[in-house]
Amino acid sequence: MLAMNFRGPFRVRADHNRPMPEIMHPSDAIIRVTRSCICGSDLHLYHGLVPDTRVGMTFGHEFTGVVEEVGSGVQKLKVGDHVMVPFNIACGSCPFCKQDLYGNCHESNSQASAVGGIFGYSHTAGGYDGGQAEYVRVPYADVGPTIIPEGMDLDDAVMLTDVTPTGYQAAEMGGIQKGDTVVVFGAGPVGIMAARCAWLFGAGRVIIIDHIDYRLEFAKSYAYCEAYNFKEMDDPVVFLKRTTGWLGADVCIDAVGCEAAGNAIQSLVGRKLPLTGGSATALHWAINSVKKGGIVSIVGVYGPLDALVPIGNVVNKGLTIRANQASVKRLLPKLIDHVMSGRLNPKGLISHRIPLEEVAEGYHIFSAKRDNCIKPVLIPPKAYAA
Amino acid sequence: MENIVTPNQPSVEPNTTIESDMDRRLANIPKEIPGWGIDADPENDPTYPMKHRTGADYERLNYEKPPQQPINMEILQSIERPGVSRVFGTSTPPAGLSGMIRRFAFRYSESTYAHWVPLVVADRIGVVEGIVDDLKQGHIPNIFAERGWQAEWKYNRDGMIKNIAIGVGIAAGVMILLSQKKKHGKG
Repeated sequence: MLAMNFRGPFRVRADHNRPMPEIMHPSDAIIRVTRSCICGSDLHLYHGLVPDTRVGMTFGHEFTGVVEEVGSGVQKLKVGDHVMVPFNIACGSCPFCKQDLYGNCHESNSQASAVGGIFGYSHTAGGYDGGQAEYVRVPYADVGPTIIPEGMDLDDAVMLTDVTPTGYQAAEMGGIQKGDTVVVFGAGPVGIMAARCAWLFGAGRVIIIDHIDYRLEFAKSYAYCEAYNFKEMDDPVVFLKRTTGWLGADVCIDAVGCEAAGNAIQSLVGRKLPLTGGSATALHWAINSVKKGGIVSIVGVYGPLDALVPIGNVVNKGLTIRANQASVKRLLPKLIDHVMSGRLNPKGLISHRIPLEEVAEGYHIFSAKRDNCIKPVLIPPKAYAA
Repeated sequence: MENIVTPNQPSVEPNTTIESDMDRRLANIPKEIPGWGIDADPENDPTYPMKHRTGADYERLNYEKPPQQPINMEILQSIERPGVSRVFGTSTPPAGLSGMIRRFAFRYSESTYAHWVPLVVADRIGVVEGIVDDLKQGHIPNIFAERGWQAEWKYNRDGMIKNIAIGVGIAAGVMILLSQKKKHGKG
């Protein structure tokens, strides 16, 4: 079959000779992929920043598809169902899944204890091949995959597998109260969605910070927020203090993660060498820009090594830090309602629809931010098969 | 295939009864203290609304588990947990020199550099092994295509030409410097 094949940092190819996935567990399903996004966090893999990312792996954790085959234990899905597949692989029965922490499943990844299984996201996240392929194996098929509601656009559905729930949960974890000022660092797809969702929680003012002008322009119109380029400021923390009456924002959201620009030392030790878990510039700014007693919500992805953050300020300011991989299954019913009722328009973030055969170009366009790319979606040749 | 598990890992989950009993006792002790929990306010739990408290944490590992996926390949496993998860990915099992380094890394916990640094090294070695594997299979990697430079040519042609010119200029300068050094060395 055709699938993306990782060959090393900044090198991927469309490989026509990948083996077909097989049922390996009674709970498995085999899905024929109909849409598969490239996620901003896939770029961390692509750039070689996530340990135990092995050559030969297929990435892709945001995908929809049609059920082609089910294991003997699958009861809720049947062949022919068109499903959206959350990026978390979750058993539904461990203590964490039972408490709706589906991003923290204990029975889907034994190669690292800090993270549950994620499709196509290195062996640190379980060693599963992902959905940037014609077919993919989906374990625990009765738990995560959700049938796409009638009338829902397929492009909306694929955006409900990660970017929308992650953006929504970023705002949710902020504990936003009516009238709060919310600052989102990062105008990538997740940051823009977080800014959009902050309004759903009653924010009074939403500000997004980045250094890519076309993304800031897009964010302004898509998320109805203020947008500022930190490269045009002497110091973004001072700017944010000043614009919030010198007390700081009520809530700050880090939607950047390990590849943040804006600080030479962080970039050197976190991205170029890399000696730390990533360049934590956005998180640094979030901690320093939030008010005393404020909340910092983190959805940006960091590597497992230590990161340089001003933890002393967290203590002295009495901050609450909330962070997690999005619990997609928990959020799906609410988000499906938001999409079907027109409150959210996830597909509006999609800027590029690219054939799977051109996956290398897709990664380059997204990584190098060419052609005003916001969000690329890969479409396999068999997406339209009967 | 033969069942293979990392040498330093147990092949079956150890008995967790003792630890679990201890945990349950600890969980019960505070309830005997007068006033225990009287001011508990779930709404003030910083994990809300992410977590719906059900008490499942106190079951520790004694929950009903799904069946085990047959372990018919080498799975490296964190030493911070017993046993292999009930499902696991089967992509790219460890092999070659990079695989040896990964096995070494998994002797250490995720809280140590001895775990992560070797994994990063193994990833880089894996790139070279990948090229060798390609050549063995008669496939010459098309680095230009794999790096997506067709898109760069399409969307950033001027920048690409500029970068190539800079690269060629630097390479030419280095070659000239080296050749001059060689001449002086001979003289």
